[in-house]
Amino acid sequence: MVFGSIDPTLLLASLMVAATPILFAALGELVVERAGVLNLGVEGMMITGAICGFAVAVNTGSPLVGFVAAAAGGAVLALLFALLTQYALANQVASGLALTLFGLGLSALLGQGYVGIKPPRTPKLDIPLLSDIPFFGRVLFSHDLMVYLGLALVVAVWAMLKYTRAGLILRAVGENHEAAHALGYKVVRIRVLAILFGGACAGLGGAYISLIRVPQWTEGMTAGAGWIALALVVFASWKAGRVLLGAWLFGGVTVLQLNLQAAGLAIPVEYLSMSPYLITILVLVIMARDKSRAPASLGRSFHASQ
Amino acid sequence: MRITQLLTTAALALGLATAAVAQDKTKVGFIYVGPIGDGGWTYEHDKGRLAVEEHFGDAVETVYQESVPEGADAERAITQMALQGADLIFTTSFGFMEPTLAVAAKFPNVKFEHATGYKTAPNVSTYSARFYEGRAVQGHIAGRMTKSNIIGYIASFPIPEVIRGINAAYIHAKKVNPDVEFKIIWAFTWFDPAKEADAATALIDQGADVILQHTDSTAPQAAAEKAGNVITFGQASDMSEYAPLPRVSSIIDNWAPYYIARTQAVIDGTWESTETWDGIGPGMVGIGEISDAVPADVKEEALALKNAIAQGAYHPFTGPLKKQDGSDWLATGEVADDGTLLGMNFYVEGITGQIPN
Repeated sequence: MVFGSIDPTLLLASLMVAATPILFAALGELVVERAGVLNLGVEGMMITGAICGFAVAVNTGSPLVGFVAAAAGGAVLALLFALLTQYALANQVASGLALTLFGLGLSALLGQGYVGIKPPRTPKLDIPLLSDIPFFGRVLFSHDLMVYLGLALVVAVWAMLKYTRAGLILRAVGENHEAAHALGYKVVRIRVLAILFGGACAGLGGAYISLIRVPQWTEGMTAGAGWIALALVVFASWKAGRVLLGAWLFGGVTVLQLNLQAAGLAIPVEYLSMSPYLITILVLVIMARDKSRAPASLGRSFHASQ
Repeated sequence: MRITQLLTTAALALGLATAAVAQDKTKVGFIYVGPIGDGGWTYEHDKGRLAVEEHFGDAVETVYQESVPEGADAERAITQMALQGADLIFTTSFGFMEPTLAVAAKFPNVKFEHATGYKTAPNVSTYSARFYEGRAVQGHIAGRMTKSNIIGYIASFPIPEVIRGINAAYIHAKKVNPDVEFKIIWAFTWFDPAKEADAATALIDQGADVILQHTDSTAPQAAAEKAGNVITFGQASDMSEYAPLPRVSSIIDNWAPYYIARTQAVIDGTWESTETWDGIGPGMVGIGEISDAVPADVKEEALALKNAIAQGAYHPFTGPLKKQDGSDWLATGEVADDGTLLGMNFYVEGITGQIPN
């Protein structure tokens, strides 16, 4: 068999882990962009969440408190972005890039005392009975809480945007903020809330890397995951379900290519290394051939007087 | 009036003083490929920089730029440092070779030192450490300690330095354990903790119980610790925070003496373009404390091997050795020459898989 020494069960289980950080970050950014705001600071918010979560988890001994702190840390950084772009009406692209640089520097500063420290272990949530099912038990039902939270968030975001009044308002603000304003919706307030949600999600994604996937603190440890999440939102046509698919594809192919290499498959390594990017983009672009497009007000500043 | 005069004089004096200091100070720049807190490669280079500062005190000023990508942007970063008035610039990653040479041609009065490369110029030196000597010791311990006979190796880029490390480790693991098998993953990155951890996990999932790494972060150590029953070796830095298990020993790069000597040469005006390649003997490569997780007899053998290499009694690439394709490389007792080692682009016999181009 081609798959020689690769165990598909373990492979799929690590796929779920590899996909979770970008899934969180991309979902948050999806909501932000649906509200008409382009926040390029995902990487900065992720890394800030990674160190906030790590530091708090180490000091309190509780990974759960750590994740809460990570969400808070990401949201605080996002608040800075919200102040700049929603109240000071600064350019969103420039503010977002600045946020990434700021987040990377801030996290390096905060993390100085945490290099080489081991975080408390996040318990796996072995669901009784279900986790004993051969194959599916290991793949689906023996992960940590955050994996399930990520999946629940996909459903929640999807349902919120599609079926609820709040989702409709959010989309209205993102499509045409003048019209939404004319209807009496608080455009700026709604956008600030969306930005905070995006920051919290990015923070959770970052903390997932520092507390579970690696688990340790190293400067710059998100290493571009935030940018992947940003690209994923676009290629997923701003749809929650496709973000999940994209995250799984990207995480899955990344893990698969490493496993194929270890198994000594005779495919040139260069092709394997680029495959996660190629396959994810290819699949999502093909899927995006329907009429989905970016929110019409994406990246535009709003002020009631204009 | 008097106060104004006084202030003017003071300002003038201060200005002169700063100007004088600025002229006296030698400025030494460092270009890093990762963050200084990576706990490995860049961390050790930065320790070397701090040693320079401590040694020379006020006579020397150091500047550094971290996380510089290998490629076009590196040229911009190095140029900027040269424009800032650096007298000596260390570029500390293989991928900075061409950018360093390009910038050096534009700044003939600035001295450049490129780590792990093989191209020099009148104002460009190269320096590197014989990490493969440390790899030989690692391979010995790994071969003796593995129970599954599968050793996982996280490689970065297919450059001679990395290939040399794989070969040296394999030769010495095979020598003590003929059944040993190497599984190699090319990560195509020096620093990406999440990817390094994934690579370690993939290797462990496939039965490896020893992980050797040639990437810069401590993430593989953390992944091995999480998996349990896996041993690792610190890379570039001691990584002693993961001792005694999974980290059982390490290769430590010690750049400080070299950096101090080269800075001194610039100050004295005796700097010349050189090619330095030092190993365990001169102290550029250190072997980290072998932890108690290693059985006493294995530790003793490893230390004996280390001493033999340090004294020059034994070369890790000593024949009989064949290349992967079965062709002869070194006859019995023959020792590899530095030229072949510096350009090494082949596996030795027994390693499966192909080197990416």
